[in-house]
Amino acid sequence: MDLSAINPVLLIASLMVAATPILLAAIGELVVEKSGVLNLGVEGMMIIGAVSGFAIAVESGSPWLGFVASAVAGAVFSLLFVLLTQVAKANQVASGLALTLTGLGLSALLGQSYVGIRPPQMGKLDIPLLSDLPVIGPILFGHDPILYLGIALTAGVWALLKFTRAGLVLRAVGENHDAAHALGYKVIRIRIMAIMFGGACAGLGGAYISLIRVPQWTEGMTAGVGWIALALVVFASWKPWRALLGAYLFGGVTVVQLNLQAAGVAIPVEYLAMSPYVITIIVLVILSADKSSAPAALGRNFHASR
Amino acid sequence: MIRLEKRPQPSRAWSLATPLVAVLATMLFGGLLFAALGKDPVEAIRTIFWEPLFGEFAFYYRPQLLIKGAPLVLIAIGLSLGFKAGIWNIGAEGQYIMGAIVGASVGLAFYPYEAWYIFPLMVIGGALGGWIWAMIPAVLKVRFGTNEILVSLMLVYVAEQLLASASLRFLKNPEGFGFPGSRNLQSYESAFNADLIAGSGMHWGVVAALIAVIFAYVLLNRHMVGFHIRLTGEAPRAAKFAGVNPARLILLCLGMSGALAGLAGLFEVSGPAGQISIDFNVGYGFTAIIVAFLGRLHPVGILLAGGLMALTYIGGDIAQSNLGLPSAAIQVFQGMLLFFLLALDLLTNFRVSLRKVEVA
Repeated sequence: MDLSAINPVLLIASLMVAATPILLAAIGELVVEKSGVLNLGVEGMMIIGAVSGFAIAVESGSPWLGFVASAVAGAVFSLLFVLLTQVAKANQVASGLALTLTGLGLSALLGQSYVGIRPPQMGKLDIPLLSDLPVIGPILFGHDPILYLGIALTAGVWALLKFTRAGLVLRAVGENHDAAHALGYKVIRIRIMAIMFGGACAGLGGAYISLIRVPQWTEGMTAGVGWIALALVVFASWKPWRALLGAYLFGGVTVVQLNLQAAGVAIPVEYLAMSPYVITIIVLVILSADKSSAPAALGRNFHASR
Repeated sequence: MIRLEKRPQPSRAWSLATPLVAVLATMLFGGLLFAALGKDPVEAIRTIFWEPLFGEFAFYYRPQLLIKGAPLVLIAIGLSLGFKAGIWNIGAEGQYIMGAIVGASVGLAFYPYEAWYIFPLMVIGGALGGWIWAMIPAVLKVRFGTNEILVSLMLVYVAEQLLASASLRFLKNPEGFGFPGSRNLQSYESAFNADLIAGSGMHWGVVAALIAVIFAYVLLNRHMVGFHIRLTGEAPRAAKFAGVNPARLILLCLGMSGALAGLAGLFEVSGPAGQISIDFNVGYGFTAIIVAFLGRLHPVGILLAGGLMALTYIGGDIAQSNLGLPSAAIQVFQGMLLFFLLALDLLTNFRVSLRKVEVA
């Protein structure tokens, strides 16, 4: 066991990388839940994003195109959920599961010919001077653009929800869809847009795993990250900045256990590997006492009967 | 303009018809999918649904139907009880794994001693393993209000790591030449869950599945607990007034589904699978969710749906070896089935009319 091999600067830098897919998916889901919809299909949308982003990046040679494709694929795939819950008024929990089960199968099918290939690499955003700074440089300024996009999205969603009219309408729809409908807002249309935004974010998060975090494609490679993102929204009590904090916490756990594995700690690998999930459960327990900030209409379908 | 009008009562006719229509729609769209993969769609669908039942080698495949169907039915029956009451146990896969690990541990603890009581003890161990794993989300939900969907799901990933640990470490076969995996229970007579009639596929797991179907039917239709379960799902407020104790119901429903999933795992590891290995679980816990919905959360429906889903597994295997159809295609096929079922439920709960919206 050699703990001195763990470099704290690299640790924090890789923590941010590990946190980004969770953050992207969680921010998307946060918006969805704010609109009063519970989409449990995050894992399915992520893996669809992961495979389509990977495929397009490999075929086109451009990781940028890959990311764009992953967001589009995630949003398009989320339309299945729209169809089930917003059009056919199906149960949201069951529909989310259908989305995940279908997504896992479909991605395995689409990804068959991409196993074992290395995708084109996305360059790091090297800002002259800033990224040369000791310690802070590699931690804060030596990353790929998508990581910053994740942080920007967090800020954007926060500002949108807090300061804009659109954010207010979105929250109104999530708190009381009957009242919002009575005021003349298009409840279903707003929810559809929120769900598609969530799908696009989940898709980006998935592609981040297959293109940057792991860089390769393997079946079922999201391995529960989508579910952790769902837990994270509860953890964050539907607040964007707390989602960022939570994502870094989970990213930290993931990276630390990987580092401990590499350092050959006496704990068997499997117990280290299960730690992110165990910690997710513990955090959920600690925080689920407070449900005050959950959108009131969460999980309830809207049907304009009158 | 399509107009939806909520039915005062869900339509009974549609509720029975939608699973059939969903299967037909899945066949149609599955066929298109197979065609897109460059396979003859008619041949593929025929291989999946006809070959295992009436094909040339059906004598070999029919027992497989029981072997694949039994765990699905066992797990789905348990899940349906919770789903009916609005308790979402999504972690049956983990409970299935834990049932297998605990049950196999009990059996292997006796190795190589032979006695009649070892298998019954393993059955108890299996049920207990699944039960304990389901009690974690149940207790956390009752005590802290934690979301049972997320906790039971996280526990699947924890169970998968425990499974890896079991096959690499604490249950590893000491005579296995260093390969991962436990001793094969099929060659340990007291622990082997053999076919009751040789070659029929009829092992204790199938018997247990049938008992579970009858048990659930009686519970739901002839017992106060079943009434409480249905009441809680359909009208939570009324249930409260009727004196239903929600905490007790959560513990009961999750506990029953966990124990049944654990039993499924135990019967699988001591019979068809034979040993604990890293890839022992094949997603029965997740497929059972589809089975539960396809069976309309009704015990008899689940029995039929379990048979159908087992058919897609076996037919899928045949299609894989005969036509080169990728195994993931069957997974998509199964997902589609759930998808169409949920979508078509619109017809059960709403009246769809194609008239113009009146302008007030």
